[in-house]
Amino acid sequence: MSQRVLLSAKEIHIILHRLACQLLENHLDFSDTVLVGIQPRGIFLAERLAKILKEDYAANDIKLGSLDITFYRDDFRRGDKTLAANTTSINFLVEGKKVVFIDDVLYTGRSIRAALTAIQSFGRPEEIELLTLIDRRFSRHLPIQPNYRGRQVDAINEERVKVHWKENDGEDAVYLVS
Amino acid sequence: MSELSVNHLLGIKYLNKQDIELIFETADHFKEVINRSIKKVPTLRDITIANIFFENSTRTKLSFELAEKRLSADVVNFSASQSSVKKGETLIDTVNNILSMKVDMVVMRHPNPGAGVFLSKHVDASIINAGDGAHEHPTQALLDSYSIREKLGSVKGKNIVIVGDILHSRVALSNIFALKLQGANVKVCGPKTLMPKHIESLGVQVETNLKKALEWCDVANMLRVQNERMDISYFPTTREYAQQFGVNKSLLESLNKEIVIMHPGPINRGVEITSDVADSNQSIILEQVENGVAIRMAVIYLLASKIK
Repeated sequence: MSQRVLLSAKEIHIILHRLACQLLENHLDFSDTVLVGIQPRGIFLAERLAKILKEDYAANDIKLGSLDITFYRDDFRRGDKTLAANTTSINFLVEGKKVVFIDDVLYTGRSIRAALTAIQSFGRPEEIELLTLIDRRFSRHLPIQPNYRGRQVDAINEERVKVHWKENDGEDAVYLVS
Repeated sequence: MSELSVNHLLGIKYLNKQDIELIFETADHFKEVINRSIKKVPTLRDITIANIFFENSTRTKLSFELAEKRLSADVVNFSASQSSVKKGETLIDTVNNILSMKVDMVVMRHPNPGAGVFLSKHVDASIINAGDGAHEHPTQALLDSYSIREKLGSVKGKNIVIVGDILHSRVALSNIFALKLQGANVKVCGPKTLMPKHIESLGVQVETNLKKALEWCDVANMLRVQNERMDISYFPTTREYAQQFGVNKSLLESLNKEIVIMHPGPINRGVEITSDVADSNQSIILEQVENGVAIRMAVIYLLASKIK
């Protein structure tokens, strides 16, 4: 098993600031927008972006939640293992709001499909966008594309993209494991 | 990710500590789900569950059915009073007939102890015991422990007294297993006639003075007097039972601390506990009912994920 660095800490830093600016450009003061990190790995990215928007761009009205999609997945009982759930925490109204889903890697699109169903339990959003740090193109199973992407990656199915976050894994880095 | 060590929930006796912890963690997530405006998740849309009740039940049956529906399972209900059991069909025949309609899981209540274990050896479906005679009622014990954990932070090290008809109570036995497994100290309290012989061998202490038991405990689980299972007279009168083993407001106020009152329902108001106690803020009886749905969703989810 070998691994190659796709993004270094410095590159991630630059990309996060670019993504934050793109969000600002489209949502201005975030009064009608809510950010939703997809559990389990999307929340690190979502928290980072919220922090940058607050500290560097004075967007103080950021509403940030986390959404667990375990009970909405389409592969229940298809794997060997019991799927473990994570915490969902959405303490605001979604009805009529612009929702931005935030996840670290977009691969088959099935997680986002599940998230689109899951968010309906909290109301009917005005619109839903998708932000992803890594977009593994050519590997989609469903017609789902990101509105904001950090880096596009060509990887074959046997390869795995690993995103490390300082607060969880001790460093900021993206690896391609093959 | 860990999974349950069992394929059926037949009794707490067959579970280990990790199983209980896993069920509680999963129930936490389902409790969040059932407090949303849309309380349903599509997880079990390809699972069919039969609720087979050979004995009357309101709360447990309703709770299971709600749990199954909130998980989007298909549900069929069957109660023995309106069925071919009356015509002499055996338990295995009845259940196999239901299973041939492609049912994946059976929730069963039966008056005979061990009915669930027996069934699990003879039919090809996941079995959940919803009460077998005076033997076990595992989901009730799980929701009781879960409610204690929610109210007091943990079960470990807490003093819990189970009061009342221990002899006829499946809730008592399952609770003793569950509480001991989680490291609680357990006492049982009730008339000598309603105390099984050798109950101490389960690691519990017997106390016949209710006041002393309440002074000792953090939580009192008040069991129902099961008149329907009493073939002989175990105590002179209901009034005398209520005086010796019933909890009322003045008894609670005479204690030097505030204890938590639980009851598995249905309550005989004025016998085990008086109305003012049942409706006081020391009682978590209605929380137990709410937690019952979350616990049953967790158990069904975890067992269903093991069906291949």
